[in-house]
Amino acid sequence: MEFFRIKKDIPFMRHALVFNVISLLTFALAVFFLATRGLHLSVEFTGGTLVEVSYAEAPQLEPIRSALAGSGYPDAQVQNFGSARDLLIRLPNREDLDTSRVSETVMSTLQQAGGPAPELRRVEFVGPQVGKELAADGSMALLLVIVGIMIYLALRFEWRFAVSAIIANLHDVIIILGFFAFFQWEFSLPVLAAVLAVLGYSVNESVVVFDRVRETFKKKRAMSTPQVLDHAITSTISRTVITHGSTQVMVLSMLLFGGETLYYFALALTIGICFGIYSSVLVASPLVMWLGVSREQFIKPKKEKEEAVV
Amino acid sequence: MNRYPLWKNLLIGLVLLWGLLYTLPNFYGEVPAVQVSSAKATLKLDAAATTDRIAGALKAAGIDNTGIFSDANSVRARFKDTETQLRAKDVIEQAFNPDASDPSYVVALNLLSASPSWLTSIQALPMYLGLDLRGGVHFLLEVDMPGALVKRLDSTTGDLRTLMRDKSVRHAGITREGNTVVIRFRDAAQREAGRRAILDSTADLQLVERDDSADDLKLVATLTPQAQQTMRDFAIKQNITTLHNRINELGVAEPVIQQQGAERIVVQLPGVQDVAKAKDILGRTATLEVRMVDDTPGAIEQALAGSVPFGTELYTERGGSPLLVKKQVVLTGDRLTDAQPGFDGQTNEPAVHLTLDAAGARIFRDVTRENVGKRMAILLFEKGKGEVVTAPVIRSEIGGGRVQISGRMSTVEANDVALLLRAGSLAAPMEIIEERTVGPSLGAENIQKGFNSTLWGFLAIVVFMCAYYLLFGLVSSIALAANLLLLVALLSLLQATLTLPGIAAMALTLGMAIDANVLINERIREELRNGASPQAAIAAGYDRAWDTILDSNITTLIAGIALLVFGSGPVRGFAVVHCLGILTSMFSAILVSRMLINFIYGRRRKVDSLSIGQVWKPEGK
Repeated sequence: MEFFRIKKDIPFMRHALVFNVISLLTFALAVFFLATRGLHLSVEFTGGTLVEVSYAEAPQLEPIRSALAGSGYPDAQVQNFGSARDLLIRLPNREDLDTSRVSETVMSTLQQAGGPAPELRRVEFVGPQVGKELAADGSMALLLVIVGIMIYLALRFEWRFAVSAIIANLHDVIIILGFFAFFQWEFSLPVLAAVLAVLGYSVNESVVVFDRVRETFKKKRAMSTPQVLDHAITSTISRTVITHGSTQVMVLSMLLFGGETLYYFALALTIGICFGIYSSVLVASPLVMWLGVSREQFIKPKKEKEEAVV
Repeated sequence: MNRYPLWKNLLIGLVLLWGLLYTLPNFYGEVPAVQVSSAKATLKLDAAATTDRIAGALKAAGIDNTGIFSDANSVRARFKDTETQLRAKDVIEQAFNPDASDPSYVVALNLLSASPSWLTSIQALPMYLGLDLRGGVHFLLEVDMPGALVKRLDSTTGDLRTLMRDKSVRHAGITREGNTVVIRFRDAAQREAGRRAILDSTADLQLVERDDSADDLKLVATLTPQAQQTMRDFAIKQNITTLHNRINELGVAEPVIQQQGAERIVVQLPGVQDVAKAKDILGRTATLEVRMVDDTPGAIEQALAGSVPFGTELYTERGGSPLLVKKQVVLTGDRLTDAQPGFDGQTNEPAVHLTLDAAGARIFRDVTRENVGKRMAILLFEKGKGEVVTAPVIRSEIGGGRVQISGRMSTVEANDVALLLRAGSLAAPMEIIEERTVGPSLGAENIQKGFNSTLWGFLAIVVFMCAYYLLFGLVSSIALAANLLLLVALLSLLQATLTLPGIAAMALTLGMAIDANVLINERIREELRNGASPQAAIAAGYDRAWDTILDSNITTLIAGIALLVFGSGPVRGFAVVHCLGILTSMFSAILVSRMLINFIYGRRRKVDSLSIGQVWKPEGK
């Protein structure tokens, strides 16, 4: 079995402008949704209390809401979670609430609200300062990843590669966030982990292509820069599709079998993988070209390279 | 050219064998067990004696156990089913805590790994499951350091007042203002005398002179940075000790109480469902009380005969003799800022030095002045039941908040009493800033879901790889399985906490790890397409792919490390597994798969074709 039977190098670079315009548009849309709708941050970031309960049979939501309002939580959000029998109750932090007692009060209110008794599945309470710290730590992690990867790529390849790989992949991150903003999916800590993992992972993709670019520059002297890039992308495309396909199969499995907790995590990865292929190949490579990559940059340090190989 | 030297094959084989060995405990599952540990700070568990006692008690009741294990702090007995476990718990409870209202031991239900003891003896333990997988409560508590500082300054204020009086320095008032203590003087000579007296007595204070008007001279004292640091460290250690003592009451098998950062404490109570009770116990203060002893002649005999005089209670001293104590509370543990073992300055007898805060010191001075010659009792309340820690005689009025308890004490006893007194009070108030409760059913479900998604994803990849790359695909799949094996072994060895995001990271890492083998296989196909001989294609494929694999893994690792450094809670669980997975995948994808390929092709002299799927050659080449 072989999927890819490509006779000639595909002229990707001829359409470079089109690819970049497409990604610029999606990027602009993502930024627009992020700005207008904002992220639906989970309780971990905003602070507050989250109570998940399970009933033997589907409960009525209205009586529960009014019972909670009666116990002093008029701002409680009550919604079904997964199935009609599972409820998720969200309570924002308020200055005047004794936060350490919220979960007990909610449980006793639910028990008194009539109907079947609920089973407590999960409680999460996060104080306001913890939420802020998490958000700050998340941004720091993102920054560290960007700086770390740029330094590594600049040392290993060339600054042009580092810059274009990071631009291409940051644009993935923004697009994932844009999806979360548009659909108002819950942005939780595992999703943040997924976003950062995607960043590392799709830089991979650029690295594989760049490796080939470097190799081709050295081997095939007759080719022009766009031809070299076309050749590098064409000769790695089979691997690109198969690898991402395999990773996606795993992620799909999480999406299907992982339950609610892993659902958004897997969803973020799915978007990241799809856009990762596109951007790291079709956005990063033209950027490298426009930044002025040329054969000379790889030929000069040739002696050092040989030593490195030995 | 496609042969590994013997040592390399052996090394890879050994690593895989090691992986298998340390993964094994995870397959045995868990069996019910009963765990016995000490419930009191003063009672040290003697492992050998306790083991014998448990064995004896079980034998007497005719209950079979499947092994008794001990470590530094607890002894655990395994049973074949939950029913036996419950019966055994009752038997052991009776044997160890004859007085149910005053238990000396914590007897708790627990789960133990069912792996054979030879595995346990080489430290091969199953992975440590996080609370989201086993169910339980997680709290993050923050110690109120400003509160602790104020408490400390209040007691300093009292100290300074005593000091000024002792040294006959005239001052016009000592007050705490914010985070400073301000001493007023009327003239410069007195201020200088005061300054010298303070500097002679303590190194913890920094003094600054401030003149607001000619006859309003001030000395502003602040705690030195070192003293503040010592105070913070002390406060957090003290609170952890207190929490340990309190959590013992809950009978939790494996509680985790750890410092996190400078001001926070993590408390994890696996298996605990009664959150309300857990919070009550964590948040309780003032379990220490100072009361007067009723020494009225004849009263004690009357009380022992059954009629306790009105307004008093009967307690037993640590030595065993009865003591009649008044119900009225003189002081509570809130007022105690420190208790340290030491020696009496004159007699050199072992003693316990107590420090009270300003308000406590005032009360204490008044009470001692009125009751010279009488006895006072210090009681510690555990589980709502009081115990007399010590009942000294008041020799003279005690001011300044520094109290010394001495007489008829050994050094060990002095240590124990100091510990007990400290255990009764929190150094600084704490607040719960994060709480996570996971029900047991959700935990079990999470394990199942995580396991299923990994399994199905893994199988799908194996099927695809075998279909697309044939024999090379099979080898890649075996390498992927080896990766999983090594990852689980490493996690078991490190006893890193496995959480649901951790399982997700495991699945994701597997999905990414196959990349290395795809790269290699594609490279080999390409070499074949360009006309290389099969053996040369294998060698070139592995060599050329190496650079790329290294680069791509390092970029992924950078992201993983950033998550590890800045992540907390669920993100850290994810990052640990992700980083370890990247490392194991480099080993298995390159070395293990190469070894297998070498075994298959490297030994043959002549290889006509490789079983790597169809290699399509464009016309004209």
